[in-house]
Amino acid sequence: METLFGIDYPTLWFLVVGGVFSGYAILDGFDFGAGAWHLFFRKELSRRIALNAVGPVWDGNEVWLVIGGGALFAGFPVMYATFFSGLYIPFMLFLMFIIFRAIAIEFRSKEEWLWWRKMWDICYSVSSIMLAFLLGVVLGNVLQGIPIGPDLEYDGSPFLGFLNPYAIITGFTTLFLFMSHGAIYLLLKTEGRLFDKLEGLLKKGIILFIVFFVITTLYTLIYIPHLSDDFKSNPILFIFPILTFLSIANIPRLAHKKRFKIAFFFSALTIALMMALVAIELYPTLLYSTIDPENSITIYNAASSDKSLGISLTMVAIGTPLVLGYTFFVYKTFAGKVQLDDHSY
Amino acid sequence: MDTEILARIQFAFTISFHYIYPPLSIGLGLIMVIMESLWIRTKNEKYHILAKFWTKIFALTFGIGVVTGIVMEFEFGTNWATYSRYVGDIFGSALAAEGIFAFALESGFLGILLFGWNRVKPWVHLVATIGVFLGSMFSAVWIVVANSWQQTPAGYHIVGEGMNARAEITDFWAMVFNPSSVDRLTHTWFAAFLAGAFLVLSVHAYYLLKGRYVEISKMAFKIALGVATVFSLMQLVTGHSSADGVAENQPAKLAAMEGHYDKSGPADLYLFGWVDNESQEVTGIKIPGGLSFLIDQDFEAPVTGLNAFPEEDRPGQVNAVFQFYHIMIAIGMFFIALTLYACFLWWRGTLFTNKWVLKTFVFSVILAQIGNQVGWFAAEMGRQPWVVYGHLRTSEAFSQAVTANQIVFSLILFFVVYALLLFLFLYLLTKKIKHGPYDEDDNDMEERRFTKEITNQVANTLNA
Repeated sequence: METLFGIDYPTLWFLVVGGVFSGYAILDGFDFGAGAWHLFFRKELSRRIALNAVGPVWDGNEVWLVIGGGALFAGFPVMYATFFSGLYIPFMLFLMFIIFRAIAIEFRSKEEWLWWRKMWDICYSVSSIMLAFLLGVVLGNVLQGIPIGPDLEYDGSPFLGFLNPYAIITGFTTLFLFMSHGAIYLLLKTEGRLFDKLEGLLKKGIILFIVFFVITTLYTLIYIPHLSDDFKSNPILFIFPILTFLSIANIPRLAHKKRFKIAFFFSALTIALMMALVAIELYPTLLYSTIDPENSITIYNAASSDKSLGISLTMVAIGTPLVLGYTFFVYKTFAGKVQLDDHSY
Repeated sequence: MDTEILARIQFAFTISFHYIYPPLSIGLGLIMVIMESLWIRTKNEKYHILAKFWTKIFALTFGIGVVTGIVMEFEFGTNWATYSRYVGDIFGSALAAEGIFAFALESGFLGILLFGWNRVKPWVHLVATIGVFLGSMFSAVWIVVANSWQQTPAGYHIVGEGMNARAEITDFWAMVFNPSSVDRLTHTWFAAFLAGAFLVLSVHAYYLLKGRYVEISKMAFKIALGVATVFSLMQLVTGHSSADGVAENQPAKLAAMEGHYDKSGPADLYLFGWVDNESQEVTGIKIPGGLSFLIDQDFEAPVTGLNAFPEEDRPGQVNAVFQFYHIMIAIGMFFIALTLYACFLWWRGTLFTNKWVLKTFVFSVILAQIGNQVGWFAAEMGRQPWVVYGHLRTSEAFSQAVTANQIVFSLILFFVVYALLLFLFLYLLTKKIKHGPYDEDDNDMEERRFTKEITNQVANTLNA
C-alpha cells in the first residue's frame, strides 16, 4: 500500500473528505443558520438586509457540498453508494429543501406584493431550518450506524429508518449550533436595531445549543459505546473534547464583550472541532453496521485503488491553494456591513 | 413499474431539466465576456448596460443550474449505487477535478460577477466574468469526459467478478482522452454557445420588432449573430467527427441512429423517416448509400448493422434514437441556413428591417434548447442497453437497496418542485425581458434614481 509521510492513501483521503465536509459545515452552516432566524425579523428592510448578508456567498458555500459529494465518490465509492442509497429519503428531502431555499432566495425580492414576499420568507426560513436539521439527522445516523448487510448494502426500513431518537437529538444540536453560528455572522453584517435584536437571539441560540450538546454527549456516552472507545483507550485524545468545550464556552464570553469577529472564529472552530471528534471516533470506519460490525464500511473496504487516490490527491494539492485564494478574495470584497444596491436580492 | 424503469425515468427527468440551464450559462458566459471586453476597450457605456442586463439573466439560469446540479451528483449514489461502485475509481478523479477546478472557480467569482459591479474595478470584474465562464467550460470538460468514458471506456482494467466487478483506472490521460471525449466535448461546448447566443438573439429580435432599445439591441444582436454563425458551422465539423467516432467505437449506436439493420451491407442516409423495429424497415426520404459514403467516402462500403449484434446487446428504442438524432441534425442545418442568411442581410444592410427573419429568431431559441436535449437523448439511448459500454448493463446498475415505492415518492416530489421551478423561471425571465436593460423613459429613470436615493438614506438612518 502506498504512503505519503508514512500515512496511507485512504487515510489521507479520509482527511480530505473530513476537511471538505468541515469547510462545508462552517460555510453553509452560517447561511442555513442565518436563514433559520429569518422569520424572527419583522421589518421588510431587516429581512432584506439579512437575506443579502448571505446573498453573495450562499451559492459558493453550496459548492462545498458538491465538492464533498465528489470527494466521497472519488475516494470511497462503496461508501458513497451505500450511504446515499441507504439514506434515500433524508437525502431526497434534503435536495428538495435545497431547491426550495434557492428558489426563495432568488425570487423573494423580485415582486413587491406582500403575500409574495411573505410566502418566500416562510419558504426560505423553513427550508433553512429543515436543511440544518436534516444534516444533523444524517450525521446522527452515521455516528450511530445503520443496518448494513453482508453485501455492504443498506438493509433497513425504506421510509422511516432514518428517524430515531439519537438522530433527532443530533438534528436539533446541529440546528442550534448553526443558528448560533448564523446569528454571529449576521451580527458582523448588520447595524442598528436589527443588530440589537440579533444579540438577544444569539443568547437564546447558544443556550439551546449547549443544552442539546450536553444531551447528545450523555446519550452518546451511555448508549453508543463504540463512539467513545478510542478516547478511553488513548487518554491523549481527551484533548479534543476538552478543546471543544473550551471553544464552546468562549462563544458566549466573547459575545458578551461584543467581540463578534473572534466569536465567529470560535463558532467556526467549534464546528471544526466537533467534526474532528466525529472523525477520530469513526476512523477507520466510515459507516457502522448495526447488524454486524463485520459489515461496517471502512476506509479500506470502500476505497478506490491507490492509483486513483494518488491522482485525486494530486488534484487536491494543486486545487486547494486556488480555492482558498479566491474564497478569501470574495469574502474580502464583500466584507463589512451589508449595503443594498440595485444588484441586491 | 419496477425499480429499474422508475430509476431511469427519474434520472432522465432530472437530467433533462437540469440540462436546460448549464448550456445557457456557458453560452451567456461567452456573450457576457465579449460584451464586457468591448465595454472596457471602447468605453462605450452601452456595452456596459448590455453586460449588466445579461448578467441578471445569467444569474437566474446559473442559480437553477446549481441546485438542479446538486441533485444529479446525489442521484448517482441514491439511485445508481451499483454503477457508482463500478465506476467510482475512474470517475472519482474526474468528479473531484470538476469540484475543485471548475465549480469552485465558478462559484468563487460568481459573487463578484453578480454583486461586484460597484465594488471592484472594471478589469477586476472582467476577470471575475472570465473566471465564471471558464469555470463553466471546465465543468463541461469533466462531466463530458466521464460520460464519454461510459461510451468508449479507456485507460482501465476490470477487477473482481459478478456483482463485485469494478473498473479500476490504469492510465489517467488515456481515461481523459478516451476515443470520444474530444469530439463530444467540443460538440457539447459549441451547442452550449448556440443555446446562449440564440437566447440573446431571441430577446433582442423581440425588442427590435417592438421598436424598443433599438440601438443596443442591434449591438447585442450582431455579437450573438457572430457567435451563432461561427458555431453553427463548427457543429458540422464536430458533429461529423463525432459520428465517425461512433461508427468506429459504438457501431450498434450508429446503426440505430440511421435505422440500419443489415449486418454488413451499404447503409443509407435518411433526411427523415420512421423505423419499424418489428419488420426492420425504415420509411422515409433517403440518400442511398449516404451513410456508407460519409464514413468511408464510398457509397458501396459495408456498415455494421443492428443484426450483427445479439438482440440483448442492441438499443431497445431504435425509432426513438433515430428520431432524436434526425431532429438534432435538422435543427443544426436550419441554424446554418438561418444564420448565414441573416449575415447576408446584415451585409446588405436590411437585417434589422426584415420582420420575418427577426420573428424566426424570436422562436429559434426553443429550437436551440430542443437540439441540446434531443442530441443527448440520441447519445444516451443509443448507448443502451449498456451504462458502461460493453461492460455494465443499465439493468444491473441501479441501487439494490432502494425500493420502487421510494422512487415513486421522490419522483412525485421532483415533478412538483421542478414544475414550480420551471414556472417561476419562465415568469421571472419574461419579467426581466419585459423590463429591459434600462428604463426607457428618461424622466422615469431620474425619478426612480431619486426614490432609490431616498430609500437608501432612510435605510441608513434606520440602521444607524
